[in-house]
Amino acid sequence: MTMTAKPASAAPPEAASTSGFLDRVLKVRELAILVVLVLMLLATQLDNHAFLSEQGIKDLLLNATILVLVAVGQATVVITRNVDLSVGSTMGITAFAAGEFLRGGGNPLVGVLIAIALGIGFGVVNGLLVSLGQVPALVVTLGTLYIIRGLDSIWFGSKQITAADLPSGFADFGHNGFGAVPYLALLTAVVLIVAAYYLRSYRSGRDLYALGSSPEAARLAGVPVRKRILTAYIVCGALAGLAGALYLARFGNVDSGTGNGYELTVVSAVVVGGVAFTGGSGSVYGAALGALLLTSINSVLPSIGVSSVWVQAIDGILLLLAIAVDRVVALRVAAVLRKRAAQTRSAIHHA
Amino acid sequence: MSYRTAPARRAAAAVAVVAAVAIGATACGGTTKKSTDSDSTKSGSGSSAAASANPSAPIKKGLTIAYLPKQVNNPYFTISDNGGKKAVEALGEKYKEVGTSSGTDTAGQVSYVNTLTQQQASAIAVSAQDPGALCTALNQARKNGVKVVTYDSDTNTNCRDAFVSQASAEDLGRTEVQLMAKQIGNKGQIAILSAAQTATNQNTWIDFMKDELKKPEYKDIQLVKVAYGNDDAQASFQQTQGLLQQYPNLKGIISPTTVGIKAAAQYLSGSKYKGKVQLTGLGTPNDMRAYVTNGTVQSFELWDPAKLGALAGYTAVALASGQITGAPGETFTAGDMGSYTIGKDSTVVLGKPTVFDKSNIDQYHF
Repeated sequence: MTMTAKPASAAPPEAASTSGFLDRVLKVRELAILVVLVLMLLATQLDNHAFLSEQGIKDLLLNATILVLVAVGQATVVITRNVDLSVGSTMGITAFAAGEFLRGGGNPLVGVLIAIALGIGFGVVNGLLVSLGQVPALVVTLGTLYIIRGLDSIWFGSKQITAADLPSGFADFGHNGFGAVPYLALLTAVVLIVAAYYLRSYRSGRDLYALGSSPEAARLAGVPVRKRILTAYIVCGALAGLAGALYLARFGNVDSGTGNGYELTVVSAVVVGGVAFTGGSGSVYGAALGALLLTSINSVLPSIGVSSVWVQAIDGILLLLAIAVDRVVALRVAAVLRKRAAQTRSAIHHA
Repeated sequence: MSYRTAPARRAAAAVAVVAAVAIGATACGGTTKKSTDSDSTKSGSGSSAAASANPSAPIKKGLTIAYLPKQVNNPYFTISDNGGKKAVEALGEKYKEVGTSSGTDTAGQVSYVNTLTQQQASAIAVSAQDPGALCTALNQARKNGVKVVTYDSDTNTNCRDAFVSQASAEDLGRTEVQLMAKQIGNKGQIAILSAAQTATNQNTWIDFMKDELKKPEYKDIQLVKVAYGNDDAQASFQQTQGLLQQYPNLKGIISPTTVGIKAAAQYLSGSKYKGKVQLTGLGTPNDMRAYVTNGTVQSFELWDPAKLGALAGYTAVALASGQITGAPGETFTAGDMGSYTIGKDSTVVLGKPTVFDKSNIDQYHF
């Protein structure tokens, strides 16, 4: 944005105010999810006083952690106008790999690192296929979804990891914490903050947005397209791997079907969180809030005694609502930008 | 969901087609004498069986018993089919297992049935993904002299020769209530955490639980809710949390699904409810070992899937040997498992479920 030389004298204040406006819109977008979430939780609390007890808050946070992690990774990819559908399979296979290692008496920390490394490996494969192959990410990652699930079945067959195979400290890590704040939630928060800071403040992070806004323009502006896309997929794979290890700690049971169908939940969370599927906009905070909102709904309904058959319908309505809001916001932002551009042009002419 | 299974189904269909072509080719290449021989023996045994069973008929050798579980690589069916393998091979017969890698790929199951018919398997032991969808293919198989035994999950009664039931629905439903009642001292609120709302097995068991609860000795037990965790770990977690929040005085949860009970147990073992809220239902010893050891769960029950698979194998061999035809009242010997009688609707019941607790869980490994 600040690279063009000619209008340098006039552009900086304009650019700053435009991005300030955009920032505000995006913040409002995330704020809206937060407001919906808080209202929903408070209303549930009024109906059922046990809902926001210490155990209740802990459960809400724990339920969200795994989805938040994968959604943060997915958001990083979606921002570049790509998608990674293989996250569910990656999560399943990494959970099993970590479990298999721990069953053999391995160190839990090494187990987690193995899961992350395996996730990175799949991220590299996805990233290379998408960036070098010039094939739509949807198709490529649909392919790797099946391939990884197939590897999972071949490698593990009908074996399963059960709670009895895991060291007790590892399972405790999955549900203990400081009061109402579980360790897993703290870990997830750290990951979230780091990812958000990177995307916001690093040049390579901003490049991801540029890529998503207009791949062609980004390429012409000198953004190393392949490298950046690869990075996004590696982040996504690593987080899916970490999520796999945490899944193992939290649920204590893994078989070759673990994570089946999870990619759709993740994509829903990302979209509800305001990360546009057309790329170039949204934030990982939004994606995390989207994930928190979706998992919280699944906790709210049983807690107020509503049948679980409503869960999916409500998720779907939220999804459509989120897309509608995004569309309206996008139209209004475009209108504002056009107006400003016209003003700038006339200002230059008059000068 | 559907877009994911489609390619798998296509792949399965392709495999089936290739297999069918290959079999067709070998049949053409083989001597006609051999095939007429086998045809005549088959039709011979078929007609005699149709007329009447001969309980003292010797067990035929060289039979091929094919297992078609709901899903291959599913731990439960692997144990079950391995039990079947042991039984079948002990009798000197040939065992094989085929099946789909998805538990909801009905078209895949149909094409496996067709392939097995073309391969002239002596008998198929199948766990049906759908009670009706396999009927045409299975009846085609039976017309060609293949005996059909269903196990674990039945088809409609007119599409198979016999059904080997894991335990009667009535026994399962009633014994789960009895276990729970013992754990909570016949008093307090209880809830049920089931699989999907449409799961046939679970719904039948739940009906018997409700019936058992009507007995006077359980008058102080109230069933407050039936929740559905859809056999998904996260959903079962959240449904369990919901039950505990909605009913603070809840004394116990019955989960008649192996996925539900282990998820509920994992949640309880890491929450403040551990040891205060009782949990029982159907689970496997391997899944539940950690929770019985750490005091979250006192006892639970299940049939032995290895014995279920073995009984399916013995039944298939007895059918293929002409010892039984599947008519109610016939008896046959199931190896070292003793003698079994065919009941109503051609059903053979394995027996009462086994209860697992701290004292015996270490003897079981499945």
